Amino acid sequence: MIAASGPVIPNFGRGSACEVNNGTFCWDWVQQHWHDTLWPALVQHIELALIAVVIGFAIAFLLTLLGLRFRLLDAPIGYWADFLYTIPSLALFQLLVPITGITVLTVEIALVSYTLLVLYRNMVEGLRAVPAEVVESARGAGFTRTQTFLRVELPLATPTIMAGVRIATVSTISIATVAAFVLPQGLGYPLFIALRQDVFKTEIFAAGALAVSLALTADGLLHLLERALTPWTRRARHA
Amino acid sequence: MTERTRDARGSVKRHDARPRIRRIPTPVRDDSRMATQAAELVFDEATKLYEGRGEAAVDRLSLTVPAGEICVLVGPSGGGKTTALKLVNRLIALTSGDIRIDGTSIMEHDLTELRRGIGYVIQQVGLFPHMTVGANIGTVPRLLGWPKQRIALRTEELLELVGLEPDDAKRYPAELSGGQRQRVGLARALAANPPLMLMDEPFGAIDPIVRMRLQDEFMRLQRELRKTVVFVTHDIDEAIKIGDRIAILREGGRLAQYDTPAAILERPADDFVAQFVGEDRALKALALRRLSELDLRPVAEADGAPRIRDDSTLRDALARLVAEKSDYLLVVRADGTPAGAVAREDLLR
Repeated sequence: MIAASGPVIPNFGRGSACEVNNGTFCWDWVQQHWHDTLWPALVQHIELALIAVVIGFAIAFLLTLLGLRFRLLDAPIGYWADFLYTIPSLALFQLLVPITGITVLTVEIALVSYTLLVLYRNMVEGLRAVPAEVVESARGAGFTRTQTFLRVELPLATPTIMAGVRIATVSTISIATVAAFVLPQGLGYPLFIALRQDVFKTEIFAAGALAVSLALTADGLLHLLERALTPWTRRARHA
Repeated sequence: MTERTRDARGSVKRHDARPRIRRIPTPVRDDSRMATQAAELVFDEATKLYEGRGEAAVDRLSLTVPAGEICVLVGPSGGGKTTALKLVNRLIALTSGDIRIDGTSIMEHDLTELRRGIGYVIQQVGLFPHMTVGANIGTVPRLLGWPKQRIALRTEELLELVGLEPDDAKRYPAELSGGQRQRVGLARALAANPPLMLMDEPFGAIDPIVRMRLQDEFMRLQRELRKTVVFVTHDIDEAIKIGDRIAILREGGRLAQYDTPAAILERPADDFVAQFVGEDRALKALALRRLSELDLRPVAEADGAPRIRDDSTLRDALARLVAEKSDYLLVVRADGTPAGAVAREDLLR
């Protein structure tokens, strides 16, 4: 069946026996194509995800300030973020193409949309959960409103906010693979190619494993960052 | 006072705060063990009304707290004690009337400057959980822009003042007991040596034994510091023990009586006050006086009688007489030498 399907395997006629026979995992293919296929895709993937999370964080932060300042806006912002989150990613990409074209912008708009829900909800929750008496004693000690926010409320909300950032990052890294349906970038692209080439297993496993490792690594690094930012959370009274 | 702290005081430099308009006269010199620095506080028809509520929270409250005295606001829930307290540092805005600190209306002060010049202690303590004990204590000095070195010395000194260890500065609030947290809360409020302290049920959430110890230590501190203190409690016994004067507030935020503990116990202004201070107010009044204040009888009259320290209250002495089924007690000084004798009728006079 594979032999009959013609020249769909990469490097057809030049690859190893493993490649030609579409073996489960051909290490030599990975070595040969690390520099021209996998590494560039990984770097693009990191870029796509990083830009999405950073912009998503900034937008969610502004929305949070609005939602906390103007209570009436909180519910609409929440529902709007819910709505964005429920649109299937493939559909959203296709919806955006007529407007913004086959561009990075299209991909980023979609990716950022998916980060907003979890980031917004966690920021609002984290800030609301700051104990009232702590805020009161800050105000009573003569902190201005801005000082109270920056020096007391924001640090205390950090664990919850960071939990949101970790979820948003991991899910963005995962969703970004779908971007390959729009744009030949990221780890989704080698997957896309491999699927078209009669399901070239090695490439699927390699790109898939990179996406998973990237997500786990990012989560681990963010966890370390969270620990560094919140030293007090690990200290409790030894009764 | 230890050597360490004396050294610390010696090396503290004079720190001139940036000139600001209308600032509370916070002490410029850091005379660390805090020489008398107190402000007179005047409530002048202070009123707080909440929209949509018929009754006032605080209704035309007028009273004067002389500099260096503790005024306890006491009364049932809904009496507006906490509201009255928060009017002073403008955590709650006055509806009408005025409050003056050393003659200057609180409305004339810049809001943050006003608050930085007033020590504020609350029942839930409200320590900043993400800051170490040291950083918590240094809060107001940091806001005032003190140099780091001076803040560090001040923090160390305050830890000792409130009975904590120097090492505690590095710990986080979550690592402390309830009593320790309240000590840190007190130290934080005292940090910039404010002339006025507001304390909202500071010992309310602490178990009775530790609470009694904190009360005693607070009174010992106050004898040294001589701050003007407004202290809110719902516990009349605490009010009698701590207050130089007691303001009893009733429902609707109206002042029922403002007087010394002894005067309130002996001459309650009305039935409400009489009921609030309790049927046992005569006994409570005995707790206000100590044996050392009495004219004692010759030692010979109490031959073989039970001994009692002269710093005991008349109430404790009476309890002792009842327990020992005796008519006399031998009063002794701290060093054990007899000071005189006291008879049952001396206590009840």
